[in-house]
Amino acid sequence: MARTLRLDTALAEQIVAHARRDHPDEACGVVAGPEYDRPTRFIPMINAARSPTFYEFDSADLLRLYREMDDRDEVPAVVYHSHTATEAYPSRTDIAYASEPDAHYLLVSTRETGNEDGPYELRSFHIVDGVVSEDIVVVD
Amino acid sequence: MVVRPNPAYPGNTTRERSAMSVEVRIPTILRTYTGGEKLVTAEGASLQELVTNLDSSYPGIADRLVDDAGLRRFVNVYLNDEDVRFLDGLGTEVADGDSVTILPAVAGG
Repeated sequence: MARTLRLDTALAEQIVAHARRDHPDEACGVVAGPEYDRPTRFIPMINAARSPTFYEFDSADLLRLYREMDDRDEVPAVVYHSHTATEAYPSRTDIAYASEPDAHYLLVSTRETGNEDGPYELRSFHIVDGVVSEDIVVVD
Repeated sequence: MVVRPNPAYPGNTTRERSAMSVEVRIPTILRTYTGGEKLVTAEGASLQELVTNLDSSYPGIADRLVDDAGLRRFVNVYLNDEDVRFLDGLGTEVADGDSVTILPAVAGG
């Protein structure tokens, strides 16, 4: 059964704005929260790879992020990144490196609008042991 | 052996090389090996020895951390606050009371 990701409009807009700002490089980050189904705290991360085809959290930033979430009893409810030339669907490398089985892996594609405003493609997935299943996304 | 002061135990400046006991934080994805435990204890004087010791307690976990070339590219291991890649990799010495954190890289394409 598909899982549902409920995302406040403001959070969705922050994610999309980050993706547009960093286009043509991929943008990435986390929305942490008390539970996987309650993403509340927007945490944009630096893409240490600074690449249009790859993203990776900086290793020192990653440790800080996980310590902070631990201290606040939070989980990485949403792990987001953008695709800047392809659809908002997990790539082979996304699937290979996915390591949070409970997280919503959210993808935004900026291929249509680049840095500009306009309609956006936003989809979310669970990735467990190489298997991708799409979440239902409710933005409200 | 080189004895360095450990900020976690300011009074403790001498220790036995044979009994380094280190706390290891296990990420969600590897807790299947540790019976769900988030924090485990391992022994060893270097990161390599710790990994070997961890694997004897939790068989299979070493393979998720290292390959023939050393530490796996998309696994980050920290000694206290430092990524061991900026120290001595698997050769990094550990001391009693140190803390090791394992975090899979958050990465993709």
